[in-house]
Amino acid sequence: MSDRHSWRLSPLVGGAALVSGLLAAVLFSGCAEVSEAGAGIAQAAGVLSPSEAQAVTRGAKAVEKSWQDLTPEQEYYIGRAVVAQVLQTYPPLDRPQANDYLNLLGQSLAVFSERPETFGGYHFLLLDSDEINAFAAPGGLILVTRGMLRCCQNEDELAAVLAHEICHVEQKHGLSAIKQGRLTEAFTIVAAESAKQMGGEELAALTREFEGSVGDVVMTLTTSGYSRKQERNADAAAVELLQRAGYPATAMIAMLERMDERLADAGGLGFAKTHPSAKSRADALRTMVAGAEFAPDPVRQQRFSVAIQPIVAGK
Amino acid sequence: MKIRVLAVLLTISTGAALAAPMSVQVRNCRVRATPSQLGATVATVEYGAVVQAGALQNGWYPVTTADGKTGWVHESALSKKPIVMRAGANDAATGVSSDEVALAGKGFNEKVEAKLRKDGKLDYTWVDRMAAFNASPDQIMKFRLQGHLPGGVQ
Repeated sequence: MSDRHSWRLSPLVGGAALVSGLLAAVLFSGCAEVSEAGAGIAQAAGVLSPSEAQAVTRGAKAVEKSWQDLTPEQEYYIGRAVVAQVLQTYPPLDRPQANDYLNLLGQSLAVFSERPETFGGYHFLLLDSDEINAFAAPGGLILVTRGMLRCCQNEDELAAVLAHEICHVEQKHGLSAIKQGRLTEAFTIVAAESAKQMGGEELAALTREFEGSVGDVVMTLTTSGYSRKQERNADAAAVELLQRAGYPATAMIAMLERMDERLADAGGLGFAKTHPSAKSRADALRTMVAGAEFAPDPVRQQRFSVAIQPIVAGK
Repeated sequence: MKIRVLAVLLTISTGAALAAPMSVQVRNCRVRATPSQLGATVATVEYGAVVQAGALQNGWYPVTTADGKTGWVHESALSKKPIVMRAGANDAATGVSSDEVALAGKGFNEKVEAKLRKDGKLDYTWVDRMAAFNASPDQIMKFRLQGHLPGGVQ
């Protein structure tokens, strides 16, 4: 821990180091009174003006904040960087017709979300990868691989995939992956900033915490995965979202069963690595959804085929 | 009859008492004519702007904008916390403690993204292209209608 804090204890601009040090004292002791006393000392020492000291005292509470306190705007910037980083490993699929269709479908579902409004809105992009996977970055940027498209035989099943990802955004599962220590650092810098204008060093420090936070989310999306509870919650919310939007929730079960078969063939890569088994998810959903077979609507089948079949079939 | 009038008056006064300032916490906030994401847009309100919000009804607030327009905004677009837009803004002057203020424009913001771009650490080309995919409410309505999906939207 001391390594990660060392930058803040090094000489910074003017009294900012002392301000940060005082906030660090609060952080270590978890006691707001320390900060108030510390701000008083700093003020007495002439480092801070009375109004600045007041700002530090107020800022003491900032260090107790968690990922739930990130504003939609902050979530938006984290999500953008998460996507930029994921795209370094999974290249985008530059197929306008398919991406337009994906966005029309996804955005028509997002309006039925419990959280239809995010700072920058919901946007979707196909990835040029045969791995079976989909990623929901904070704020509503959702990525779907060609391998995942192959698990969907019609629009209703693709809607089920997108609904699941939208629900991860709705429930802020990506943000919850960020380690508390990084946010404590970030909120501390922000609190110090309300006492002094942010200088280059503070921005650099904040950027480091930002990169670390983005790294935590990317690691969870691509390698470690969400908790089983989060996946179950996303599935349950997706069923409700599909029903509100008029899609048959049974499509989700059909999609998961096909995914289970394909994942077995793929030898446990991609989605299998980061999600509970597709079969166990399908089994859990059967207890929630009436299991009757459904006939896909011909218009939806047609437009899905036109937009998606060329992607699935060819390279 | 008297009781009914009294009840109406009571309802109106209760509604007025419930109206409270709320801040827009998303970039493009549409005020809708009806409590629906696909309802017609009667006004757009900027990030950080304050609206007067009545009692929450099924996830929607009836709102009045600063210039007097009325309509509905989904709860996910509004925050009870005042939003301080400028970095280093002196919120002490407003008498609001930092704890009650959404630290918008501070922390992880465009400055941080600009630094990452400048340092060449991340390429945002496709992030920007992705963010430009936008289906209009009309396109969504048409898409749903053609696909034989029910017309009712929350």
